[in-house]
Amino acid sequence: MAFESLSDRFGGIFKKLRGQTRLTEKNMDDMLKEIRIALLEADVNFKVVKAFTNDVKEKAIGQDVYSKVNPSQMVVKIVHDEIETLLGADQTGLNFAKSGLTIIMMVGLQGTGKTTTAGKLGYLLTHKQNKKVMVAAADVYRPAAIDQLHTVADSVGMAFFSLGQADPVEIAKQAKAKAVAEGYDVLIIDTAGRLQIDEALMEELQKINHEVHPDEVLLLVDAAAGQDSVNVANAFNKDLRLTGIVMSKLDGDARGGSALSIKYLTGIPIKFAGMGEKMEDLEIFYPSRMADRILGMGDVVTLVEKAKDVMDEKEAERTARKMLDGEYTLEDMLKQMKQVQKIGSLGAIAKMIPGMPKLTDEQKAKAEREMVVFEAVINSMTPYERRHPEILRYSHKNRIAKGCGLTNADVNRVLRRYDSSKEMMKQMKQYQKSGKMPKGFPGGNFR
Amino acid sequence: MGLFSFLKNKFSKKDNNAASSDSSSVKIYEKGLEKSRKNFASRLDDLSKRYAKVNQDYFEELEQILIESDVGVDLSLRLIENLLDETEKEKITDPKTINDMLVDDMFVDYATKGESIQNEIAFAKEGPTVLLVVGVNGVGKTTSIAKLAYRYIHMGKKVLLVAGDTFRAGAVKQLQIWAERLGCEIIVGKENGDPASVAYDGVHYAKEHNIDLVIVDTAGRQQTKANLMNELGKINRVISKEIEGAPHETFLIIDGTTGQNGVLQAKAFKEVTNITGIVITKMDGTSKGGIILSIRDELGVPVRFIGLGEKMEDLQEFDLDKYLYGLLLGEDIHE
Repeated sequence: MAFESLSDRFGGIFKKLRGQTRLTEKNMDDMLKEIRIALLEADVNFKVVKAFTNDVKEKAIGQDVYSKVNPSQMVVKIVHDEIETLLGADQTGLNFAKSGLTIIMMVGLQGTGKTTTAGKLGYLLTHKQNKKVMVAAADVYRPAAIDQLHTVADSVGMAFFSLGQADPVEIAKQAKAKAVAEGYDVLIIDTAGRLQIDEALMEELQKINHEVHPDEVLLLVDAAAGQDSVNVANAFNKDLRLTGIVMSKLDGDARGGSALSIKYLTGIPIKFAGMGEKMEDLEIFYPSRMADRILGMGDVVTLVEKAKDVMDEKEAERTARKMLDGEYTLEDMLKQMKQVQKIGSLGAIAKMIPGMPKLTDEQKAKAEREMVVFEAVINSMTPYERRHPEILRYSHKNRIAKGCGLTNADVNRVLRRYDSSKEMMKQMKQYQKSGKMPKGFPGGNFR
Repeated sequence: MGLFSFLKNKFSKKDNNAASSDSSSVKIYEKGLEKSRKNFASRLDDLSKRYAKVNQDYFEELEQILIESDVGVDLSLRLIENLLDETEKEKITDPKTINDMLVDDMFVDYATKGESIQNEIAFAKEGPTVLLVVGVNGVGKTTSIAKLAYRYIHMGKKVLLVAGDTFRAGAVKQLQIWAERLGCEIIVGKENGDPASVAYDGVHYAKEHNIDLVIVDTAGRQQTKANLMNELGKINRVISKEIEGAPHETFLIIDGTTGQNGVLQAKAFKEVTNITGIVITKMDGTSKGGIILSIRDELGVPVRFIGLGEKMEDLQEFDLDKYLYGLLLGEDIHE
């Protein structure tokens, strides 16, 4: 299938371009074609793809290629950075009213997740920002929409306002009056979903808009939305002057290219991302993650970034020499781990190359957690202890564990890891003498 | 060149006869596909007027029209490539002819991919027929169920709704309101209860009460969530334990405004349930809807019904001829 073969197609181009040191119109052409397809498959609008790849091409021509990557990887990286910059430009948090009540109006097509997101936003404001929040049910058309919002409001612990199937403009007006009178910080108005062709309903939104003057008019965009999403955003923006976009359903596997299209063509900032079904699953929008997702080649980008961010080679050399000389300390181990984390282990690098299976998020998270533990334990030791861990007795370990808020078992784990690393050093030294490398040793068959 | 003029003939003649429910159905297609038509047929038309002879640019613009209709990159590129080959071989340079060829290609492709199947629900020989309805969040499952129920109630079937979306707040209530409006029975479980147990209750009830058609609603789920997808398997098993061979039909609901992810949705749901048909919703709201072609192209699952408007009867049996007619019809013809 199209999506899966993308990496393979890239693989072919990678090979072709290996060894070229400068980006030219010619060596970028194939690559840009593939990127164009990748963007289209991510549902980025056709016109945006065209304009955007042209922008990128102009920026890229003449750039030097970092020594550890090839031109096509460079191009991916440049495209990625452009997407990230574009998505992140003018990014702001929520606009709050200078004083008094802040009003947020949720609008969007049917089924994009307005009601759920109203709940999530309420949760964020109530529990993370300590705001007193009220939500008003102005979707009087969809059966049970009011009930849904009521249940959501209760579960979040925010106030709920409804007049039943009354006139939505009246509902908004009265909700505002009540929110002001009772000293609420934020009023969220949930409106009916619509197809933007529906002029009657669009007019109703405009009336609500004029009546209550919201500080934020947020458009919900489904991550799976297709080529039409730009027209939808334009239609809503024309009538309502949108202040922000919320991308919903990003917990699925849709690539969400409409984020790029909409931002490129309208400049409306993307403020939040819906990441799951639970009320706490609303996140601040991260342009970099979104760029990874749209391009579907975030791993290549990481690789290039790492090649650029070449670790301090002298430092590495020094550690290596020390390792081989046998005076390898805990401090050295920590430095080494940090470097490895920066560039990724050999396995991780292999996995960054298209076509290879990815590291699961779980694996990545585990490695990161482990790093935190190691650092805490080692920092909790005295400098002398770090250089001479063999002196550590039970009482030392107790103190160290307490000092970093971890357990003796954690301290022991660090020490065991140190011992085995040291053991490996010894072996390596022997192998070095005999001219062979042990299998599976980090850096063992690094290209 | 055939297809389009053939359709024009077929349906404008029908119009003259002013006969039957079929002509009102054609009208619904015409109206529901108005936006798509403006984006597709009108642009093709405009394109052929701007070029006296085709050249590279012409094909590029054609490609753009296809991709912008969410036909899918892969299929679009393939169609254009074929077209280039054919026109070169036969030395055709007239834009109108080429457009006709493209349309033929698009839908010849559609008609040949996957088995053709009757659209109406295939009823079991005896006992209740069970229809399971699945899809991602917000595609219009509950509303489509109401429309399907309406359709079969009007055909004289005894319909039972089963509120298997126990997750989304208000989902049960929404279906209850529909049951009330439609005047049909409904089985409801506890909110946040086990959907499989509601499904069991529903199917069990149907057996004892002479129900013809049981429509089981399920919670919307992103196809990437393994536990939720497994839950569908469980619902399936519970139903088939109670009635052998059930669910007889499983419809996947796809939002017509969905882009390329629609294909992944169909693929993932197909893995855990036996999808027997697709219902495309909200087609009147999009100017695109090429997703119909993409899905057929990649998976061979037939579109059975199509949502062309908000009214009950706007959920229409999917008919390729009518669809094409609605999509391609020049505005002049109707006057």
